[in-house]
Amino acid sequence: MNTRGLRSQLKDSVPVTGMGPQVGAYGVQDTLRSGFSSVKNELLPSHALELSEKNFQLNQDKMNFSTLRNIQGLHAPLKLQMEYRAARQIQRLPFLQSSHLALDTLKGNDESISFEDILNDPAQSEMMGEPHIMVEYKLGMM
Amino acid sequence: MALSNVLEIPTSGFNFENVARNVALEGLLEGGHTKTPKPMKTGTTIAGLVCKEGVVLGADTRATSGEVVADKMCAKIHYISPNIYCCGAGTAADTEKTTDLLSSNLTIFSMDSGRNPRVVMAVNILQDMLFRYRGQIGASLILGGVDCNGNHLYTVGPYGSIDNVPYLAMGSGDLAALGILEDRFKPNMEMEEAKELVRDAIHSGIMSDLGSGNNIDICVITKQGVDYIRPYQESEYKDKRQKRYKYGPGTTSILTEKIIPLELEVVQETVQRMDTA
Repeated sequence: MNTRGLRSQLKDSVPVTGMGPQVGAYGVQDTLRSGFSSVKNELLPSHALELSEKNFQLNQDKMNFSTLRNIQGLHAPLKLQMEYRAARQIQRLPFLQSSHLALDTLKGNDESISFEDILNDPAQSEMMGEPHIMVEYKLGMM
Repeated sequence: MALSNVLEIPTSGFNFENVARNVALEGLLEGGHTKTPKPMKTGTTIAGLVCKEGVVLGADTRATSGEVVADKMCAKIHYISPNIYCCGAGTAADTEKTTDLLSSNLTIFSMDSGRNPRVVMAVNILQDMLFRYRGQIGASLILGGVDCNGNHLYTVGPYGSIDNVPYLAMGSGDLAALGILEDRFKPNMEMEEAKELVRDAIHSGIMSDLGSGNNIDICVITKQGVDYIRPYQESEYKDKRQKRYKYGPGTTSILTEKIIPLELEVVQETVQRMDTA
């Protein structure tokens, strides 16, 4: 099988979830934990920080790249983003924990500690997805 | 696209799943005349000033939880790095964790670069962190330290505002303490005079504010090192325990005793040499 062809079909893993607790881990209403669903809870953030925290990393990156572009020209963010894209592809299979070592070193996360490293560490997650389904989803076969 | 059988691992960091539930619970509890537990705050008096040889920081030691004194010997002066210490007012857990995070980040930096961090670095890291969380982290901090650029004293508010000043007081008792500081502060004071002034400022905060009390801690940071005096002055209103509340041996009578010996025998023994070159 042509593995290079497979790689190019890998989906970008940016899951889109609904706002608020209504959407549980599997993408459907988790009635046991979060009660009955209501449209208002789906659409509006329940906490002041929810929206800003969801997109914090993306916004920071956007801001930094645009500053870099203004200072050094278009090539600087382009090169960096190319490296990020390459590092993002060196992951383990979708249902396993990857260390993100290359990505962390590139972003400078290996030299700082923040709440992302302490709270809700995905390596300590108590749930694991069904391996076949996760791989099929990632390859776009589902 | 979310499918019902594909697991999406939650992102690391804060998780807001329970916020709606908590809001609903709050409403239920209020109706039933029970209150959610209040976080422990350090309704506090903290003060700091810059003197000729360094920086003097002072704090009281009372932590309150609502109307109850939760901790009579709370340590409000936190270690950040060998040359920087930080007094914290506000929610006790928030000040603890924020200063811990800051200290860890600065330790990584000093291990990388081989230098002691500067006070401006600590202040900028704090400012970024507190502004990112829009004041939800209730920590008002006074940072004081000595670095290659001199003696510095900064204040950082819960929303991320900073100020660089020669003398400072924060917390619920700050107005009383600030009165004393405004009256007697002079630039380039001697060390003993500076310690007395900080002590007096905290003392007036303790006397005039219900949220501050008990002992006074002082921390003196100079180029030579740090002197963390805890307590600098004990409160005169300490209560004396009438009796010892420890149970002496033999208080509880033994009714029955059963001993089961575990017989272990050596089955296999292997020796592996370790090369300690």
